[in-house]
Amino acid sequence: MQIKEQAKEYDVCIVGSGAGGGMATKILADAGLKVALMEAGPYFDPKEPAHQTQLKWPWESPRRGASSTRVFGDFDAAYGGWDIDGEPYTKVNGTEFDWFRSRMLGGRTNHWGRISLRFGPLDFKRRNLDGLGDNWPIGYEDVKPYYDRLDQLVGIFGSRENIPNEPDGFFLPPPKPRLHELYYIKGARKLGIPVIPSRLSILTRPINTERGVCFYCSQCSRACRVYADFSAGTCLVFPAMKNGSVDLHVNAMVREVMTDQEGRATGVSYISKDDRKEYKIRAKVVVLAASACESARLLLNSKSIQHPNGLGNSSDVVGKYLHDSTGASRAGFVPELMNRQIYNEDGVGGMHVYTPWWLNDQKLDFPRGYHIEVWGGMGMPSYGFGFGATNMNRLVKDAGLTVGGYGSKLKDDVRRFYGSVVGMSGRGECIARLDNYCEIDPDVVDEYGIPVLRFNYTWSDHEVNQAKHMQDTFDEIIHSMGGTPLGDKPGSDSDYGLAAPGRIIHEVGTVRMGDNPKTSVTNSYMQLHEVDNVYVMDGGSFVSQADKNPTWTIMALAWRASEHLIDELKKMNI
Amino acid sequence: MDRRETLKSLLIGTMAGSVVIQGCRPAEQQPEDQKVQSDGYGRLPKELQRDKELMDQTFFSVHELATIAVICDIILPADDGSGSASEAQVPSFIEFIAKDLPDHQLPLRGGLMWLDNEAIDRFEKTFLNLTPTEQIKIVDDIAYPDLANPEMLPGVRFFNRMRDLTLTGFYTTRMGINALGYKGNIANVWDGVPEEVLQKHGLAYEEEWLAKCIDQNTRAELPKWDAEGNLIA
Repeated sequence: MQIKEQAKEYDVCIVGSGAGGGMATKILADAGLKVALMEAGPYFDPKEPAHQTQLKWPWESPRRGASSTRVFGDFDAAYGGWDIDGEPYTKVNGTEFDWFRSRMLGGRTNHWGRISLRFGPLDFKRRNLDGLGDNWPIGYEDVKPYYDRLDQLVGIFGSRENIPNEPDGFFLPPPKPRLHELYYIKGARKLGIPVIPSRLSILTRPINTERGVCFYCSQCSRACRVYADFSAGTCLVFPAMKNGSVDLHVNAMVREVMTDQEGRATGVSYISKDDRKEYKIRAKVVVLAASACESARLLLNSKSIQHPNGLGNSSDVVGKYLHDSTGASRAGFVPELMNRQIYNEDGVGGMHVYTPWWLNDQKLDFPRGYHIEVWGGMGMPSYGFGFGATNMNRLVKDAGLTVGGYGSKLKDDVRRFYGSVVGMSGRGECIARLDNYCEIDPDVVDEYGIPVLRFNYTWSDHEVNQAKHMQDTFDEIIHSMGGTPLGDKPGSDSDYGLAAPGRIIHEVGTVRMGDNPKTSVTNSYMQLHEVDNVYVMDGGSFVSQADKNPTWTIMALAWRASEHLIDELKKMNI
Repeated sequence: MDRRETLKSLLIGTMAGSVVIQGCRPAEQQPEDQKVQSDGYGRLPKELQRDKELMDQTFFSVHELATIAVICDIILPADDGSGSASEAQVPSFIEFIAKDLPDHQLPLRGGLMWLDNEAIDRFEKTFLNLTPTEQIKIVDDIAYPDLANPEMLPGVRFFNRMRDLTLTGFYTTRMGINALGYKGNIANVWDGVPEEVLQKHGLAYEEEWLAKCIDQNTRAELPKWDAEGNLIA
């Protein structure tokens, strides 16, 4: 096979165009560096009519939005999922880990919930409080300036609350709560559980002339045609490409970081998905931002005489300390929300209110905490709408309503319960452990001939007890709202409904940062301890993940690391 | 009319209680917004290919599909509020979804056969050939899960599935969405729960909370913050 090598040498080659790679592209290109941006999937622009799913009606999909083709439904923007044809991964010892990948420009930022929470001062130093896991080598004060700039560059709504571990930012004003959210506020507060406006990277006011303002269709997961929500493609990569110093390589599956005889990186080699041929990109610096697990895979697959255990992996820490958020959910029926007056309450894509973790000061039977996301309302029907519609009649006491049946009464049943269910999901912090990891499976390659990842991951009692606390809390809140929880309360037989590892899609920690090269892979600037011209600017560098969705912190840290990279280049250190 | 054409016409329009096929209505006569726009909803090439492959396959027989149409219209007949399930092309949705989600195939095919067995046992005809009164006699025995005779359980399970699929198939069409009254999926400005709804629920926005929220008169204005992050304009 002929290997094609470009004559051009870039200043930086960035692998991955999601949150971290997008941010690196923006900062490095704006500094005048020549950037090669590598993306394993196709080009994607929600402004392009052929790419759009936003504002489509359910009947425009023959399966009415069912999840048989795309795992979050036909209209979800993400190309990819937990299973991708030709790109397998394996698991050992009967353990579970589900690895979600979006192969497309902007990666998983195209469909996420836009929940954009800063880590607080406690979140960087949790070991000091509970003796578990490790502290970060940096603290909130190191990241705060980047969060501040990020808020203003990308845009986020929220409210100033002065809650110590939930730092405020530069917020646009949030939308008013929906009706079921007012019920949630009332119910939660009665129990002393706080509720505040949510913090989402969606524009309720313009921040520049390139992006539009939210028009309240609630479909951020479908990617916004006016760029009113954050995605790495629309908000970082497209603006970065304007000055002409970025070459975007799509359908480019990077397989290895190339090194020279000193063990320093010289660029990357990749397989083009278009012609299945191998190509090489030369660059002075390589930035991996392919997602925590994919970046670990790249390092582990980049073996050489100088790096026999994988690039930058003498510590043997690459792939270790993998951790995803905990997650559990419950829904309840609220009789006072029956027979609702119908109006358009789509709102923004996601909740307008949420509960931040409120028990930092309490001694509980698990460490760390979780936040609560709220859902419900009179949404657009799609596949599954109306399933079990008449079963809810059982929950209406003394009304003489029948379960089952047929005929026009079914329309009354559907209308009666439309918008009467309120749900909540807990998203919590798990403890990063050495024995939760991904590694190279020596037996299996993907369709591009690249050795795949093998996962080993278990929850501990910490996470299970946390899920139990979530279920108790959900139960209390639903009752406090005057509602009836739906279905049986998840018990110990199902680990209290704790989602399988990987299902919350917040996996981080595989290339963790630290001051000690024996116990960490990168320094606090996400630069490999052992190879100074390789950075890892995604969730891989996280030491712990808080109960916060990782995107905002990935971007703040990538910005900080990009400035370090520029400085080091200027000083001729790399 | 060959079998394929027969099926096609069945898929396009079937009427409640009718055994006779309605004739060859061409696909072009479907209402504009009901056409399956397999190339119009942001598909990748391989997704488009999968849609096409599924549409080119036929799962249900003419008899099965005609029976499905009858059941769909018993479940959702035309009334003052809207047309019937088959007018909303629910049978063609069920044909598609059975191919798309194969877990439906055995329960639907087996359930249809159970229904015919039951009809033959009771009336010596297939379900399709019963009078509407006879059809309803059987349906009444399988439509109410909490009241049904345990011997009817296979029928109850089948009818539950048919009810679910009929409701989903109906409410995901323009006709169904109009019947429901869903008002969204359109550019608009959310400015809170309507006042009369708040009153009806005995709720009100708190002053303190409202003060944090967007004043929609400012939704076109660039924001300004002070150095601490307070929004000052």
